[in-house]
Amino acid sequence: MNLAAPVRPAGTRATRALRRVRAVRAGHVFVAGYVMLLAAFGIVPTAYGIYFAFTNSANYFAGLSNFTAAARDFRYLPAVGHVALYLLIWLVALVLFVTGLALVLHQLPARRTGRLVRFLYYIPGALAGAASVMVWLFMLDPTVSPAAPFLRLLGYGTFGQVIEPGHLAILFAMIAFWTGAGGWIVVMYGALNNIPLDVIEAARIDGAGGWQTARRIQIPMLRKWIAYMVILAFAAGTQLFVEPQLISEASLGVAGRDYSLNQLSYDFAFQNNNVNYAAAISVELLVVSLVVAAVFVTRSRFFDAD
Amino acid sequence: MALVIRAVRGRRHPRPSLPRAVLAVSVAALLASTVAACGNGASSSGSGSSSSGMKDGFVQAPQSSGTLTVWVDSTRVPAAQAYQKAHPNTKLNIVTYDGDANGSNTLQTKVDLYDRTGSGWPDVVFSAENNEISWAVNAGFTAPLNEGLIPSSTLSNFAAGALDPCTVNGKVYCLRNDLAMVVLWYNAPLMKQWGYQVPMTWPQYQQLGLEVAKQHPGYLVGNAGDTFTPEIYMWASQCQANDITGLRAVTVNVTSPSCTRMASLLDTLIKAGSMSKLSVFSTAFDKKEKGKVLMLPGPAWFGGAVFDTSSGLNTPKGQIAVAPGPQWPGSATPSTGNVGGGLWLLSAHSRHLAEAVDFLTWVTGNNAYQDDLAPGYPAYAPAASAWLANQAKSGYYAGDIAPVLQQAAGQVWPGWGYGQFSQEAIWASTIDPGLTAGKTITSMLSAWQSAITEHAQADGYQVSP
Repeated sequence: MNLAAPVRPAGTRATRALRRVRAVRAGHVFVAGYVMLLAAFGIVPTAYGIYFAFTNSANYFAGLSNFTAAARDFRYLPAVGHVALYLLIWLVALVLFVTGLALVLHQLPARRTGRLVRFLYYIPGALAGAASVMVWLFMLDPTVSPAAPFLRLLGYGTFGQVIEPGHLAILFAMIAFWTGAGGWIVVMYGALNNIPLDVIEAARIDGAGGWQTARRIQIPMLRKWIAYMVILAFAAGTQLFVEPQLISEASLGVAGRDYSLNQLSYDFAFQNNNVNYAAAISVELLVVSLVVAAVFVTRSRFFDAD
Repeated sequence: MALVIRAVRGRRHPRPSLPRAVLAVSVAALLASTVAACGNGASSSGSGSSSSGMKDGFVQAPQSSGTLTVWVDSTRVPAAQAYQKAHPNTKLNIVTYDGDANGSNTLQTKVDLYDRTGSGWPDVVFSAENNEISWAVNAGFTAPLNEGLIPSSTLSNFAAGALDPCTVNGKVYCLRNDLAMVVLWYNAPLMKQWGYQVPMTWPQYQQLGLEVAKQHPGYLVGNAGDTFTPEIYMWASQCQANDITGLRAVTVNVTSPSCTRMASLLDTLIKAGSMSKLSVFSTAFDKKEKGKVLMLPGPAWFGGAVFDTSSGLNTPKGQIAVAPGPQWPGSATPSTGNVGGGLWLLSAHSRHLAEAVDFLTWVTGNNAYQDDLAPGYPAYAPAASAWLANQAKSGYYAGDIAPVLQQAAGQVWPGWGYGQFSQEAIWASTIDPGLTAGKTITSMLSAWQSAITEHAQADGYQVSP
């Protein structure tokens, strides 16, 4: 989430060849650490997963049989439906609210208020993943929740009523938004700051109000950032796991067990003792994310120079 | 997925957009084939590569002295601590985990990972789930105990049937910690004050439940909101939900009269209001029902874990008494259910077998822990007698609980087995949300039937109706 604004090319005054070689070498050293970690925690596990997905428990090539068998499991289709619904709610909410809140934040006249609000947005994101979900276990239980009066107002007197199956997609989207959106708002805010002032100025001279400026200037210029956010949020969203798993454990299995594809993969691996099916589902998630990323990257002309 | 992120983030220069991601995937695929070529993959589970021979009925790892790693749930920590106190020279590493409660599968998950890495297994494990053997034997994790490790004179001291969940083909793979037969807990002074008789049969129980709902609204005769609700009521009713007939075979028939009669009883009392839909372990139950529990069918450990504890109902001394679980009229022999009663497993991978066996026999045997500290009825008969004597001495209960518990210990219906799938987890996700939404259990029995069938099949069980 530490996306800095685009880096300007370093000073070009260093003309001597030796210095250039040194700079290149330093670059390699810096990149080497990243490449090593990428290999150890990105490429090798992915490769291992792909290997599992196409072999059976006796390590023989199994073609697509793991994929078809996993898809025929009784938990598979419901999980696909759950994740799709969750993604729909979460991505729409993310795009609308993050862009909206970033614009509002950007328009705040007082600097100090702006800084404070920015900090407040970011706090939930600073809590580590599972810990920030734990907070919600308390929020959603009317017997201990600080929001209990509100929950009762909605007619929910027990934890069981709050987490009934029909509510789960919305609840998980709320939790994910609360834990993840703050960081994106800060990123969008940074992106808004990068829009040249003269463009905004020109718009103002042409008579554009706040709303017009946002719609015609700022949002179009944020397009790439929004695409970037959607790609990463989609990838993270298809991997929904922590929220349903924690709700499941907190509710003693009443809600959230086998809710998402990632949970199903986990259950295949550790409950049904079938790593191959588990890997098949993981590979499916990888492929779906890659395809969606590809679509967004091409459609938003993500890598085109401004 | 890191791939996607990195592939995208790694780009700075404007170029046609797709190739980098494609490259990443092809690199991954290439690597995959390399890994495949290297063979190996994950070695299948089992006692692995130890070179020493068979002894005591299994292949043992090379033995050495060292720290004994013991996994317990938080309730069993005092057991490990008591052992440490009695054996100051043994080095003990006590690890607390969730005890696999509610079918969480923690132990199986970890053992599967340790099998892949070839190290890390604990020496002794406590589990609150009685079905561990259904996977742990095949995985080669548990050591047989009656093939030389533990003398039969010790094993024969366990209560009749206590080691059933531990036994496969005549080999005993674990020791039972406690028995958890279901009895009827009740508030004796309140029953007397209101002039009620303790019900002997389920129809009497239902009748009394309806009267309580009318005459003393707010008071409870039971609860049906726990994951182990089917083990309290359906098991006692001889409902054929979990009839394990072979290593990978189960008979499931939950729409038979022995199930529908109990489902309709629960529905009737839930509707009347004297049967709670909350879990006895929820904060809502403790808050709402404190002092409002007239009767509560439940396992032997309810006494210590629900009534006589400040983290539960905290019922004062001299009120709680126990009666045999109600019966259905016309059934030939009395039967009751069972909720857990933990197990102790010995790792076949242990490098400290002598110490581990000593720990195992001590912690289940009769001694300072089981006789006095244990919250539940010990499975080891000599410890049970001492435990009952201690319970009587404490004076907490209204009357002597020993005869009822001793009798019930031998009445657990044997038609409910221990499969790899968790009946508690299935009930929780299939029935509980419907109950919350106001549906009747009767209307959900067929859904329950198919959920059990699907989960059993996913674990490779042959399911017959």
